[in-house]
Amino acid sequence: MADLAPAGDYRSSYREDMTIFPTRNSRIALWIGILLVACAPLALGRYELGLLINIGFMGIAALGLNILVGFTGQISIGHAAFFGFGAFTSAWLHETWHIPVALCIPLAGVATALVGLLFGTPAARLKGLYLAIATLAAQFILEDFFARAQWFTGGVAGRITEPFELFGWRADREESYLYVVLFAVVVMYAGAANLMRTRDGRALVAVRDHYLSAEVMGINLAYYRTLSFGIASFYAGIGGALYAHYLLFVSVEAFTILFSIQFLGMVIIGGLGSIMGSLMGAAFMVLLPELVQAGADALAGGAVDRALNLGNSISFLREMAIGAAIILFLIFEPDGLAHRWKQVKAYWKLYPYSH
Amino acid sequence: MSAASARSRGMMRASVSGSLDRRAMPADAAAPPDPREAGPAILAAEHVSLRFGGVRALTDISFEVRKGEVFSIIGPNGAGKTSMVNCISGRYRPTEGRIRFGGRDITRLATRRRAAIGVGRTFQNLALFGHMTVLDNIMVGRHHLLRHGFWTGMPYWIGGAQAEEIRNRREVEEIIDFLEIQHVRKALAGTLSYGLRKRVELARAIALRPQLILLDEPMAGMNLEEKEDMARYILDLNEEWGMTILMIEHDMGVVMDISHRVMVLDFGRKIAEDEPEAVLADPHVRRAYLGEADEVVHDIDEPADA
Repeated sequence: MADLAPAGDYRSSYREDMTIFPTRNSRIALWIGILLVACAPLALGRYELGLLINIGFMGIAALGLNILVGFTGQISIGHAAFFGFGAFTSAWLHETWHIPVALCIPLAGVATALVGLLFGTPAARLKGLYLAIATLAAQFILEDFFARAQWFTGGVAGRITEPFELFGWRADREESYLYVVLFAVVVMYAGAANLMRTRDGRALVAVRDHYLSAEVMGINLAYYRTLSFGIASFYAGIGGALYAHYLLFVSVEAFTILFSIQFLGMVIIGGLGSIMGSLMGAAFMVLLPELVQAGADALAGGAVDRALNLGNSISFLREMAIGAAIILFLIFEPDGLAHRWKQVKAYWKLYPYSH
Repeated sequence: MSAASARSRGMMRASVSGSLDRRAMPADAAAPPDPREAGPAILAAEHVSLRFGGVRALTDISFEVRKGEVFSIIGPNGAGKTSMVNCISGRYRPTEGRIRFGGRDITRLATRRRAAIGVGRTFQNLALFGHMTVLDNIMVGRHHLLRHGFWTGMPYWIGGAQAEEIRNRREVEEIIDFLEIQHVRKALAGTLSYGLRKRVELARAIALRPQLILLDEPMAGMNLEEKEDMARYILDLNEEWGMTILMIEHDMGVVMDISHRVMVLDFGRKIAEDEPEAVLADPHVRRAYLGEADEVVHDIDEPADA
């Protein structure tokens, strides 16, 4: 399973053998995928493009959480707070210091990474449930900070911000902002894929799989455990900043613990320890409510609708669907969508044999 | 005495050194000294004691491992062999006594810093990174030799991370060739058979490029053929790669065949240290292994010579 190179695929240099994509076809498939998304404004309406943008910035934040939870084996239930911190930082930087939005977004990532490192310091010593509680503290401290620091967040009124602008090109509509998010997704995902095939990425996985022998290999456990918090927060900050300049309004009430749990859900559904799985999980989480909505619409007016009063309980149905999806995945596909996708690919490669 | 290891002893002379790149060896590997003449000590334990509360795991152990030798520690279960190796690799801190490596006191040196000064080890119960490929496992061994962290690792193609990875991949492939694990290099370590995992663990320890390699029961649970192979690898490591080897092993045949010197522990005390033939003839050792009462180690709470 691990090594399914197609026949005739010979590599004659280490460089060829160390690419991110296992085969030429998977590389081509990715370029086609990017091209399709880039062409999406031609075919899709604003609402559907909005969903794609949502998948993009959620996917970036989810990837951050996956680096922390899936690759390093830590836990965080405060990811939404870091996401929010990135959103506010970018908005604040732009309004207070008049820094161009294109620069605000990476700066927000760096600022969030620093906050993440600060809240990640307990991770150097804590593990499992104890660490979960420590990150829960981060969630509430940051939420409280958002509510009180009026200079930073605009308080209860929230903060209005400006759209993305680069050399006079204003990305203030879905059709244009999509390209900003697409670029960010490609850069951040390539960055993560590269991280995982170099020294520090391997060290993170080593810390997860067997920390005692990782230490004997010369790996500084405290450093890498904290670093993974920094990297996760960096991704959350970038995702949050992209969110802020998409909605053009950041509310202090958006970044609750429920949102954090949703991020965890994305990572679990997508596949722990899988880079593309994070994007799949984010897509699943964004599209699931749409699916529930579509189902309710289809039943509208019918006997089922009248009996269960679906129209009025749609918001509860969404929450229940998310909960049910997480439970079903944990039972039937604990390795997530990414693993299922691999099995589908293996099936076609091996057809008509089963092994 | 096992015929297998006797054979491997003969094989090592004819072993193929051509496949091994000299660059992968420590600089001083060119001429392995004959360890039977007392060479300089690479590792010295001085009156090491280790206590866990009231339990004495080690009591006043002193020994030296000379540069270029194969040094084995044997003893019954619970004798403190692994505790001793853990003290050297930094897993435990000795309660008393000192450990010197290459003349430097490393008793209190952080575990993670010992890789860089040249101490590598394998574990008794496999300690591979199960969800990583064999290649990645071995590359983790090169952690302390790599310079590109996340900062230059994320923009892989710019900044030299790729060149460094390829350079190190080349050296890792030499280790893979040496241990004959080419066919599983892309397999997940957790899916391998026991004997292969042991080999991958040895590969990972070699990738550290250590001067001293600590092997905790490298042949436990192996069949005769796998043991033969492992004995040959250990001898090649010693003779061709110039590594000093400290080994814990229960297979007396192997130990007696490939070791230059043997130390025997029992109840956390050293009861013998000598060449294999002499150790085998030692009456205390025979009693320790036969389980009879012995006047040297009658009670762990009193000094033996009281």
